Amino acid sequence: MFRSISAVMAVLSVSFVTASAQGGAKPTDPQIAHIAYTAGQIDIEAGKQAIKMSKNKEVIAFAENMVKDHTAVNKLALDLCKKLGVTPEDNDTSKSLSKAAASKQAELAKLTGAAFDKAYMDNEVAYHKTVNGALDTLLIPSSSNAELKGLLQQGLTIFKGHQQHAEHTASMIK
Amino acid sequence: MSLRRTILAAVLVGCGLSSVSAVAPAKVYQIVIDRVAFEDAPTGIKVGDTIEWFNKDIVDHTSTAKNGAWDVTIPKQKKVRVVLTKAGIIDYYCRFHPNMTGQIVIKK
Repeated sequence: MFRSISAVMAVLSVSFVTASAQGGAKPTDPQIAHIAYTAGQIDIEAGKQAIKMSKNKEVIAFAENMVKDHTAVNKLALDLCKKLGVTPEDNDTSKSLSKAAASKQAELAKLTGAAFDKAYMDNEVAYHKTVNGALDTLLIPSSSNAELKGLLQQGLTIFKGHQQHAEHTASMIK
Repeated sequence: MSLRRTILAAVLVGCGLSSVSAVAPAKVYQIVIDRVAFEDAPTGIKVGDTIEWFNKDIVDHTSTAKNGAWDVTIPKQKKVRVVLTKAGIIDYYCRFHPNMTGQIVIKK
């Protein structure tokens, strides 16, 4: 049986909460960089899957933009890490994000046509909501380097735009 | 009529017959794109004027007129100019982020 979107999102939310609650320790900059980068890569992969599978013009345009924007932001993130001498560090939040994404990708791969479009777009809405919430309440406040914080803040404004775009596109699919 | 007056009259007539652009030279207006939003378009824009879009964001945007008057991509951190050729109230948006919208009033 497929996991429902809400179940996957619950896993994501829990993973962010767990990370923030672990011994009261907030994530370090190398962990934050890894989480942000991973979250971006997941959306790039989801976008590539949608470009391949969807026949809906609006959905494909949305997916192409996700690939384009997240690739641009992730490149800046990597460049910044290099400049700051920060090595992104894998962590439980990144791991559960990747795990949830893999199961979502497998779930979507079994769908076609409008069913795929709807499931992809609904997930994009929920995913951006969760990640934006995590950026806003956990990752940005926890980051100590000003440049990293600034990039995350810039990212958040863009990703909020993605969320609105996703909501709009999702609402057009019957 | 003195010669001076005749010249003055000729100049005035000349101005009256020439195009509007000769009276009011075309201007360049800048509209900044920042944090996934267009800043409000300035007022007083006329046909023949130029809009310079300045994308300060870290991702690419477009300015796409809903009536098809223009459609330009403004790469991140770059400026792109568009000459306005027709009067009207034109709504525009970003094709990459359709929640970014704006409106320009172009007078004759």
